[in-house]
Amino acid sequence: MWPAILLGSVGCYAIKLLGFSLPRKVVENKGVMHVANLLPVALLTALIATQTFTSGRHLQLDARAAGLLAAVVAVRLKAPFLVVVAVACAVAALVRLVS
Amino acid sequence: MSEAQPTDRELSECDPDWPATRPSVIRDAVGVGIATGAYGLSFGAISTASGLSVLQTCVLSLVMFSGGSQFALVGVVGGGGAAMTGAATALLLGVRNGFYGIRLTRTLRLRRWQRPIAAQLVIDESTAMTIVRASRPAARLAFWATGISVFVLWNLATVIGAFAAELLRDPRTLGLDAAAPAAFLALMAPRLRSREPRIVAIVAAVVALASVPFVPTGVPVLLAAAVAIAAGSGSLRRRRRIESDDETPAATAIDEVSA
Repeated sequence: MWPAILLGSVGCYAIKLLGFSLPRKVVENKGVMHVANLLPVALLTALIATQTFTSGRHLQLDARAAGLLAAVVAVRLKAPFLVVVAVACAVAALVRLVS
Repeated sequence: MSEAQPTDRELSECDPDWPATRPSVIRDAVGVGIATGAYGLSFGAISTASGLSVLQTCVLSLVMFSGGSQFALVGVVGGGGAAMTGAATALLLGVRNGFYGIRLTRTLRLRRWQRPIAAQLVIDESTAMTIVRASRPAARLAFWATGISVFVLWNLATVIGAFAAELLRDPRTLGLDAAAPAAFLALMAPRLRSREPRIVAIVAAVVALASVPFVPTGVPVLLAAAVAIAAGSGSLRRRRRIESDDETPAATAIDEVSA
């Protein structure tokens, strides 16, 4: 675990430092910016999908799906960050308790 | 994505309102710090619930110091993926901070010795608070005040959350395994206002789920990112052929900082 934590942490810092030293030409390249904007969307959705609907290497539908559904509703209602997370946890816990 | 940003406009060095706006800049910085601290509480809890030690959790908040990346790493690990796959996902999510840095260089005009310190404070929140200021002194104060306030409160909250969750025997009874996806959703929602990111999101989710049985845990996320990005750059090329838009790329990038 430690090598991954250190590599990821130092790498994330290096990316930040690199940003202060890269030439302006890079930031003004449309293709680069376009990909940079879409990257977090793709990664976050893939994380949501796999962490909600899979268990190990197979698909699984359980209480977490109910939690995510509750989170979607909370986001739609423009709830603040912590409320979204708390609602998802509460609904998942409740569904697990009942089933 | 449509609101105007003072992207390429030169910042004024002298601001008639400057000393008067100082308290409001600091007030905003502390407010953002408190809001992010609350989020750090859930990071600390999810991290130890995913199997990381309190020390490992704290190192992530101190050194990695980027919410999305930290949640990604512990999420992959908690889901049974390889730690290195989690690190790769974290690094990919951290790429945006590099772009923020490029954008902030022009605004902050840092001295060489300040850069290694300032770099650690480059995150969504500090960037968002800095680029909306009208003068350089205000922008500089906003950057340092927001960065330091978020750094301190984020790390403090991480420790509290980590210890609190370690006291639980099974975090699943509190539904903590549903916390990370909900956090990701809340982070991403502001980015889904236009059609293209929505399509990318759907493609990414489908590719990730479809590949789960065939590749090691954690890899579907990287695969989904690759496919979605390929689709995205393809759509850019198509759009360029049809019309040439005059939007400045830097402005588009910074508009995404709303998360």
